[in-house]
Amino acid sequence: MKLNRIFILFILLLLGILFYGASYLGYIQESYRKLQIQITDPSIKTVLMTEEHKDFGLRSSPGFLYSQPSLLEGRTDVVSITPWLAPIIWEGSFDSTLIDSIYKQQNITIATTVFALGKYTRFLKEFLESAEQHYFVGFRVRYYLFTDQPEEVPEIKLGEERYLTILKVPSLDRWQDISMGRMEILEKLTKSEVANEADYIFCLDVDTKFYGPWGVETLGRLVAVIHPWFYDYPRDQFTYERRPESQAFIPVGEGDYYYTAAAFGGLFKEVHELTKYCRERQSIDASKAIEALWHDESHLNKYLLYNKPSKLLSPEYLWRDISSSTRHVKVIRLSHVAKNNVEVRPNA
Amino acid sequence: MQRQNVNTFLLVVVGMSLTGAIYLGYTYTWFRCGEQRQCLKSGEQRKCSNSGLKEHQKNLYMHSPQGLLNKQPSVVGPEGIISLTPWLAPIVWEGSFDSMLLDSIYKQQNITIATTVFALGKYTQFLTAFLESAEQHYFVGFRVHYYVFTDKPEEIPLVKLDKERQVVVLKVPSSTRWQEITLRRMEMVENLIEDRLAYEADYIFCLDVDTKFYGHWGVETLGHLVGVIHPGYYETAREQFPYERRPESQAFIPSTEGDFYYGGAVIGGLVKDVQELTKTCRVQLDIDAAKSIEAAWQEESHLNKYFLYNKPSKLLSPEYLWQDFKAKTKEVKIIRFSQVIKNYAAVRPNP
Repeated sequence: MKLNRIFILFILLLLGILFYGASYLGYIQESYRKLQIQITDPSIKTVLMTEEHKDFGLRSSPGFLYSQPSLLEGRTDVVSITPWLAPIIWEGSFDSTLIDSIYKQQNITIATTVFALGKYTRFLKEFLESAEQHYFVGFRVRYYLFTDQPEEVPEIKLGEERYLTILKVPSLDRWQDISMGRMEILEKLTKSEVANEADYIFCLDVDTKFYGPWGVETLGRLVAVIHPWFYDYPRDQFTYERRPESQAFIPVGEGDYYYTAAAFGGLFKEVHELTKYCRERQSIDASKAIEALWHDESHLNKYLLYNKPSKLLSPEYLWRDISSSTRHVKVIRLSHVAKNNVEVRPNA
Repeated sequence: MQRQNVNTFLLVVVGMSLTGAIYLGYTYTWFRCGEQRQCLKSGEQRKCSNSGLKEHQKNLYMHSPQGLLNKQPSVVGPEGIISLTPWLAPIVWEGSFDSMLLDSIYKQQNITIATTVFALGKYTQFLTAFLESAEQHYFVGFRVHYYVFTDKPEEIPLVKLDKERQVVVLKVPSSTRWQEITLRRMEMVENLIEDRLAYEADYIFCLDVDTKFYGHWGVETLGHLVGVIHPGYYETAREQFPYERRPESQAFIPSTEGDFYYGGAVIGGLVKDVQELTKTCRVQLDIDAAKSIEAAWQEESHLNKYFLYNKPSKLLSPEYLWQDFKAKTKEVKIIRFSQVIKNYAAVRPNP
């Protein structure tokens, strides 16, 4: 009896070793084959190089000084291009029929995140209904709705090829924490399997409403929106974080544009880098008991100063209020809605 | 006795399942490898998803369908020059970009720019001025590899080059027709990319040699697929562009279509994107040749057709391709690169 058992165990052990040995050899062989392919097949190098180029952000160094770019001075009534040759999207600068036709051939999906915690769920109905009317109409959109109260999410009729996923997140006491907490959630989302289900991602504030078309002219590698209150301010008056102790510090004399954190987007990889950066810097600040002046927006601005966006959206794409307008903003596409801060925020 | 049978039976079962697992392990890795190999061998990289990147993410192409009637874009608008095409490709003009900023961005990327020129027959006489002026103005401070195609390697001048820059001379057969020389350029560039440039360079520019640099030409010109607006037609209505108008030619463009008239003297972009361009043009040129059709402006006609339906991601203003015999205009405030005045009869092998 005993001998039999030992014998059986011995055989099992032997087979186990064989199994792992074979897997290991198979793995080795595969990597060897892969290596061979890399060396002998020239087409792979081309693909690699393309992917390398996908990694080429437009990074510039801190402390590097140059004249402030202007939105209003140039050769037209608005400037359509940044000094690093990224387009700035204004009404009249693009042909939506042409661009639509280009993107329609690419079968793209746009992921869209929105956070509605606490009383902010009340903004969802108008946000989603207006999005269904104006936002990437005719394209596939996946909304990712983060809330601490899934039961408060209204029933919205979505168009064809438009999907909504509700994700429950913990409640938070401070609106600043809710705002900054988005970065960590987005950092994780952009590395999750969601990245396989969409090509581009936009992260939008929920206390907004669409009034005009927001389409594929906004798509790009890394897309930022010019803040509606600061587009004609000199850089030294931007509400950057000015304390050197904060990770979000930007010295006077530096700065391109003041970007809003209420809307940003791009390729998953790029948005991941941005949100990761913000989350890391927010943590460092928190550990030193410092909170940047405009929270995640301060960190976002720092990131975008040194990692230039590949496309900028004019304040048409995130406006102050539907009832106000300036001569430069001829179309309002997405706008903050009026809200009583005291009433709707969990804290002052 | 029964106990032993059970044990043996168990042993056999376990043994078989382990063997099965090993076999599956093998076939799985083989299958994955095989699939990858097959993908690459077919040369159709676009059909394979590599590391989860979607097809279009890698492509970033902007194909537009034939017959799409969009309004002709303006270069000169009511308020002055326009910096963006209707498909949101930047149009590069003096004043629209910050050289120092762009240089600082690209300097971090350790790039190599390949530059091809064709100097056959008497065209070798243009090389000295071309190369000397390039050394003064063209991607100064960056790594540039010039590839000079010539039928007379012995006539290539020795020009002093900045460090990190080199000239590679490639011998090609002579031709008795200048049209033939110009038509074969696409094929030769396509071959060069496939043979060497895929390993050696990030960006490529294909330039005419009977030219000279007069001003800064830098990294503001880099992009996925770059075309230059022909200096003679930037204010012309699309019906009057010298496109190929015979439907029998592959380069045919109807008079209701057209964005810009692009100059064939400058083609640029990522090596992979220019490869696609040269390959397509070469194929279309061959189809025309088989029917004994030669497009109105040879490869420039085919280039224009390609750019109409495969929009460039960046356009260079006519500052980047001028003609010496033209006077400056109010829009074109600086001339960077220009075709020199030449006596056609003296330099061409045929009229």
